[in-house]
Amino acid sequence: MTVVAPGSTQEAAALLREDARVVQIAGAGTKHDWGTPPSRVDLTVDTKGLIGIVEHVAGDLIVVVRAGTPMAQLQAELARSGQQLALDSPFPQATVGGSVAANTSGPRRLLYGTVRDLLIGITVVRPDGVVARSGGKVVKNVAGYDLGKLFTGSSGTLGLITECAFRLHPLPTASTFLRCQGLSDPARAAALIRSSQLVATAIEVDAPPGGEAEVAVLFEGTPARAEAARALIGGELTDEPPPWWGQYPWQPGGIGLKLTAALSQLDLLLALREKHSVHLRGSLGVGVLYAGLTPAGQAVPGPGSGARPAAIDAGGVGAGGGSVVDVVEQLRAAAHAAGGHAVVLMAPPGSREQIDMWGPVPGLDLMRRVKQQFDPGGRFAPGSFVGGI
Amino acid sequence: MNPLQELTTRLRGLLSPAQVITDRQQLRTYECDGLAQYRVIPGLVVLPHDAAQCAAIVGHCAELGVPFVARGSGTGLSGGALPHAAGVLIVTAQMRSIVEVAAADERAIVEPGVINLDVTKAARPHGYYYAPDPSSQQICSIGGNVAENSGGAHCLKYGFTTNHVTGLELVTPQGELVSLGGRAPDPPGYDLIGAFVGSEGTLGITTQVTVRLTRSPEAVCTVLAGYVGAKEAGNATSAVIAAGVVPAAIEMMDALAIEAAEAAVHCGYPAGAGAVLIVELDGPAAEVDAQFARVEPLLREHGAFEVRVARDEAERALIWKGRKSAFAAVGRISPDYIVQDGVIPRTALPEVLRRIALLSQEHGVRVANVFHAGDGNLHPLVLFDDAVPGAAAHAEEVSAAILDLCIEHGGSITGEHGVGMDKAKHMPLMYTSDDLDTMQLLRCAFDPAGIANPGKVFPTPRLCGEAPGRRKGAHPLQEAGIAEVF
Repeated sequence: MTVVAPGSTQEAAALLREDARVVQIAGAGTKHDWGTPPSRVDLTVDTKGLIGIVEHVAGDLIVVVRAGTPMAQLQAELARSGQQLALDSPFPQATVGGSVAANTSGPRRLLYGTVRDLLIGITVVRPDGVVARSGGKVVKNVAGYDLGKLFTGSSGTLGLITECAFRLHPLPTASTFLRCQGLSDPARAAALIRSSQLVATAIEVDAPPGGEAEVAVLFEGTPARAEAARALIGGELTDEPPPWWGQYPWQPGGIGLKLTAALSQLDLLLALREKHSVHLRGSLGVGVLYAGLTPAGQAVPGPGSGARPAAIDAGGVGAGGGSVVDVVEQLRAAAHAAGGHAVVLMAPPGSREQIDMWGPVPGLDLMRRVKQQFDPGGRFAPGSFVGGI
Repeated sequence: MNPLQELTTRLRGLLSPAQVITDRQQLRTYECDGLAQYRVIPGLVVLPHDAAQCAAIVGHCAELGVPFVARGSGTGLSGGALPHAAGVLIVTAQMRSIVEVAAADERAIVEPGVINLDVTKAARPHGYYYAPDPSSQQICSIGGNVAENSGGAHCLKYGFTTNHVTGLELVTPQGELVSLGGRAPDPPGYDLIGAFVGSEGTLGITTQVTVRLTRSPEAVCTVLAGYVGAKEAGNATSAVIAAGVVPAAIEMMDALAIEAAEAAVHCGYPAGAGAVLIVELDGPAAEVDAQFARVEPLLREHGAFEVRVARDEAERALIWKGRKSAFAAVGRISPDYIVQDGVIPRTALPEVLRRIALLSQEHGVRVANVFHAGDGNLHPLVLFDDAVPGAAAHAEEVSAAILDLCIEHGGSITGEHGVGMDKAKHMPLMYTSDDLDTMQLLRCAFDPAGIANPGKVFPTPRLCGEAPGRRKGAHPLQEAGIAEVF
């Protein structure tokens, strides 16, 4: 397989025009084991040559950045002006383009939203080598279709993202965490905070199988609201986040899912912890929980212990040792009952071939037509996305 | 029988007589939306009662190749709901139930004809509201808001319609009823909701919308500041943003706009002001107090000669009344006017205002400025008298020059009114033909026959080629076992 690293949008365009091979896009590789691998790859387009900030206008709170730029580097640059891209990155070394293409997010999405709420413009190279731009560099803009949203979470199946424009936020003057352990009903605590007037920035839960669940709430700005939240649900105030904050609850080589639910139905997801011995963690305040499956018969790694379980055998997971396929289906059934979805983000080879990674996808037929229009030859990461797209 | 006549016959069989309008006088009442300079009498008007009827209507349109245009309340300002003479206008006004207010889910599920403000009214008893608040919120519909990705004064802090829609049921231009998303976030696959919101009726018709509800803020602080001129007010705006404060809204009006508003609604703005700023802070009471303590000195430092804080809801309403009635109020000082909608980077505000004033002087055309200063969304009102020969064309010229200014400064040709019929011709100012061609790939995926709101948004339609799924013979990659057939 050939690897190329174009140094500009134009170079990438020329390359894709002239080379008709089947392409996979690579950034920092932090999520290379997500989803199903493409059915074939002849050419890897690495974005490491597309780095740096194109334009940062602090007064307008906007930045235009090349897709291969590491998120951490972008944040460091912005912080010098007291600003941030208010998008948590589960992998700090991840690139901007990879974060957009995989639509990753973290705890602070409760207040700031996700990529779709922060991306104001995008430049892409189509599979046929045509360069296209949508949006711009002003926050308010309704001219034309919002292709940025279409490319967000498209996992490199529609084209190559080369530049992104984002709206920025000021860095908070202070951050206070309320950590609350041993709550019998984490969903209720989250609902209390949500329905209060305290405007939390994040409401997270960590619920390891067999261990105590912890709810942690982030407040930015004056500490008075964190104090008021403590009066509401108890716990302790700290300046530092818990060690698990913003991390996925699975180890490399494990099985990880993203479960979503309507806010009133989070109980249905939380109940999965004991039933299937899954490690749940995520944004209780918005209805997104990540689930890590533990191989059968293995000790559960404590939070932040860094213990790495052996590769998961497709034969069984969880306390009951149910088959991976069965457990995924049961988690999915619970998520559907809760008004949401269950997507397997990553599973090791051997397991992922047997698992339905996505489950039913409403609108799949339209999505296939979109793929057909953008990539009629099926050149970009064929077979790696929903419904075999 | 021509296709439209055939469609009329079929729809008469499907709908009740009151739902099918063919009488020319009645059709005429639908000839324009909020932008009355464009008028076309629709070939046929239908008023479906539910999603199934909507899907059946569009299905027949697809079969017969009859173009359709969706219309909500008809308040759009870009001619997006301008009818098609040989097509059908599908009016969603009869689909107006609030299906559910699910406060515990922070969602409301509504039909497209529901009025924007009615969502807030339904949610308010639960302590929530619907954040996007276009100035027309008392009459505009949610379906129209979805089509236009409507904003409003408070989108500076809370975002636009697209940030508040989590689920959509829609009818594609091929007549399929598709449900996307729901109460939970992040549905799997491509973000088709994100692609659909703001597509101005060119990708189909919304039949049900799940919107996010926002907690009503504990405290709201509305501040009115008077300045000698727009330059000072612009600088004050920049200073507030630079201080790291994100107000719910920052609105600006210049002398001419103030004069009009005073004449119309007697809003009592500071006497002699060459510009006023309305700054609204909201959130937890303590946070609002802290923000006000930072904002007030900044407003004064940059030249505010009077800073007034609304003491109660009545005073707050009066301050907003002046702003929200500004467009209509201009009718008091000019027989005719064009409402422009452009966006500039906020830091370009003083320069662009200076250039607008220059344009106004050079052409002898009065321009009143009303805008969402916080996010650089300008609404210059170009005044003219249609009774004077050539005046309208002259005003158009000034209005277009203002758009050029926006583009020159890296902005947009529309911040919230949409492209519609009015600005399709300006799209090439902002986008290359490749950009527009790429956007239309999405159009082709939804509407290969090009029957959904044709002639809007794009200056030149893209030919979609063969319809998906009708490929002749196998693609080389497919033969090689690399790609799948969809």
